[in-house]
Amino acid sequence: MLEKRLIKILQDIVGKEYVSTEQADRICYSYDATQQQFYPDVIVRPADATQISLILKMANAEHVPVYPRGAGSGFTGGSVPVKGGIALVLTRLNRILRIDLDNLVAEVEPGVITATLQKAVEEVGLFYPPDPASLKFSTLGGNVAECAGGPRCVKYGVTKDYVLGMEVVTPQGDIIRTGGETMKGVVGYDLTKLMVGCEGTLGVITRIILKLLPKPEAKKTMLVMFDSIDGAAQAVSNIIRGKIIPTTLEFMDATALACVRDNAGLDIPETARAVLIIEVDGERQLLERQAARILEIAAPLGIVHTQIAATDEESERIWQVRRSVSPSLRKVNPDKYNEDICVPRSKLPEMIRAIEAISHRLEIPIVNFGHAGDGNIHVNIMVNRSIGGHEEKAETAIRDIFAKTLELGGTMSGEHGVGTSKAPFLSMELDTATMGYMKTIKRALDPNNILNPGKIFLEDQ
Amino acid sequence: MSKHQELEDYRQQIRECVKCGTCRAHCPVFNQVQSETVVARGKVSLAEALLDDKIELDQRLISDISQCLACGRCVKDCPNQVPTDEIILALRRRIGREKGLTLFGRGISTVLQRPRLMNLLTRLGRAFSWLVFRKVPKGSGLRLRFPAPYITRDRTIPAIAPQAFRQRHPEFIAGDAEKPLVTFFTGCMINYMLPEIGDCVLTTLKGLGMNILIPRDQGCCGLPALCAGDGQGAARLADRNLEALTAHKADFIVTACASCHSGLTKHFRELGPDHAQLASKVMDIHMFLQQQGLAETLQQLPRQQNPRPVTYHVPCHLRQPGLKEAPQNLLAALPSVRLVEMKHADACCGLGGTFSVYHYDISKQLGSIKAEGIRDSGAEVVATACPGCMMQLQDTINHAGLPQQVCHVLELVAADLKKA
Repeated sequence: MLEKRLIKILQDIVGKEYVSTEQADRICYSYDATQQQFYPDVIVRPADATQISLILKMANAEHVPVYPRGAGSGFTGGSVPVKGGIALVLTRLNRILRIDLDNLVAEVEPGVITATLQKAVEEVGLFYPPDPASLKFSTLGGNVAECAGGPRCVKYGVTKDYVLGMEVVTPQGDIIRTGGETMKGVVGYDLTKLMVGCEGTLGVITRIILKLLPKPEAKKTMLVMFDSIDGAAQAVSNIIRGKIIPTTLEFMDATALACVRDNAGLDIPETARAVLIIEVDGERQLLERQAARILEIAAPLGIVHTQIAATDEESERIWQVRRSVSPSLRKVNPDKYNEDICVPRSKLPEMIRAIEAISHRLEIPIVNFGHAGDGNIHVNIMVNRSIGGHEEKAETAIRDIFAKTLELGGTMSGEHGVGTSKAPFLSMELDTATMGYMKTIKRALDPNNILNPGKIFLEDQ
Repeated sequence: MSKHQELEDYRQQIRECVKCGTCRAHCPVFNQVQSETVVARGKVSLAEALLDDKIELDQRLISDISQCLACGRCVKDCPNQVPTDEIILALRRRIGREKGLTLFGRGISTVLQRPRLMNLLTRLGRAFSWLVFRKVPKGSGLRLRFPAPYITRDRTIPAIAPQAFRQRHPEFIAGDAEKPLVTFFTGCMINYMLPEIGDCVLTTLKGLGMNILIPRDQGCCGLPALCAGDGQGAARLADRNLEALTAHKADFIVTACASCHSGLTKHFRELGPDHAQLASKVMDIHMFLQQQGLAETLQQLPRQQNPRPVTYHVPCHLRQPGLKEAPQNLLAALPSVRLVEMKHADACCGLGGTFSVYHYDISKQLGSIKAEGIRDSGAEVVATACPGCMMQLQDTINHAGLPQQVCHVLELVAADLKKA
């Protein structure tokens, strides 16, 4: 428990009503989507960068761990207070400061919900592409800290491709500015890129300048069913080699299809063993040609059925199939390990085959779906924790899948981050020198290890 | 007597919450309060902590658990369909049992369980209304302020009717011999406060030649008692309604109140097979009328020149596909109505039963979101399908100083049928 004296300081900084040590709050700010629970000692909800700076100065002087937190919807434990201390809830910083129509940039505070910004910019004909599945509730601060992705990233890139600059409070309490609002800028180190995806270990983001695009005029959604998983994986690879980058190129395997078959609201024949959901966007008259070219490429790869959405409602119905996968996985087994490996796109067929082999060998269901277009697959290892041996099997499966991913030149996380979940496997991907370099940066910026300690690196590494 | 499940019985469902955070996007209360302890994921965590003895049932926890509108959005949009609404009701029952009901909860539960007491109070309340009520300036005369304990001074609630609806009408009204027998479950608000809506239900059903049964022994649907944490009282009411509503073999049982509909169709199913069977038989009146072809009949009436712009507020308890459209289909078919869209049409009005009594500030904030939609809709009338929503919308309109009138969809339907 934090000393009364420190609680008093926190109350003086942010105001009494924004500091809580109540058990109910400690419980409710203990978790994220990984379902791990670690109770913070105190929940603090600051209003601005100045307050955050004072909090970090105090925490640094007193060696109190600080855990920045947005919506708490991360998949790897990024915001979970594993060592207690302060849960620094940033959702009061929720203003869209400006949308600049002349320069196509937006300046926001970190607590703005991603969908809120998207709606605001789309109302003026602009577009903020990153679209993590959690966009209706996750915050931009969290998206930036984890470098969130999403289906549209095949064509448009991930969060880091849209961050031009930031205001950041350092672990020692200084307020710094990285980047700016210009489209170019090479003065000094690129601290913006360092901060994006740092998982809140190097600084607390208090302002973000984001790049915006003109909103595409139209889109076209297609659902293509294949008679084999290999055909679908090959199609992804061939489309990319055919020099076409669709907006989204989502993939679902046979087990995923079986889960949604009954309530997808769409007829999915038994002969369909894999599905691709392909969307293209841009000028209306160009879409037809792009769509036709994609179908032409896929044609020889064993297509069972193709559906092209003629209206927005039909497009919505197709996306509903994809969205209903995740919740319906419970039909396979009650518990899941959700990994988000990413491989070079040409290696997708090989990776999928390898996962199938691992699933078969360990006799444990593994469901694959996700953003195949950028090589990013959501690998869901489905287990029942109440059955003995299942957890060990899952652990083996994860290790084997990571090993194969790395062998193919991939990475063990495309968009979820390391946090606590992947920390034990970090040395599989990063060599000693590289990891050492990263840890040197962390030590230099946060000598007392107060900011989000216990994440990315294991203590003994 | 029948009995609901204990909190302990929900352990499995509690475990099914994976803390993904989707509920943060949908909870109207969380949207205002921004505290994780009020959102579904937080409440489910608190329920689990309580079961594991990691938290005490103290005032703070009781307050957190009271911050729920029972609107059901968190359940509908939950990827794992965790029944947070039921878990919260189970928590409230446990609170009621261990800590006692609040003064207001005890009051509402006691009164609503005793129709004779309610009738007496109705008469007394009417007689002494000049003492407790003040008329709202420029109001319709029906809407009064109620500065009573627990109810904030600036709040509008409807006046008590001179004679309760069920006392005004015979228990059985014969229609065409070949037409079905329809049982009308009135609910408390229609019976005691807005009997004119009940009259419109009768006008409409008579217009279709239905045989109508208004069972004398029916009571409160039980939802207020259930939300207050009085599990025993709610179950007692459910048992009584089961008897009253199944004494005669009606072809249909209809409600004209979204909350009663939710109470009867959802919350008492688990009490047993008889209750489940009753629940399956209860229908929202708009859905019933639509199935009887009323929209087509209305379409054929001669169109009125310059129809009035009317907009529709979607009650939380009638948001499901089908139920959501039926009242709007009837409105669109009316010769005197031009149905116009409203922004935030399906946002919660903010009533949430007892919620608005304990958390009137949040309730008013939710109301101000509605007020914005009402103002911009260009409508002269806001129609809805729930007397509870009507009360709250009128309060919102009074606070915002808007000119719109609030009414029940069936009031408009009955008016046009009478004209024809």
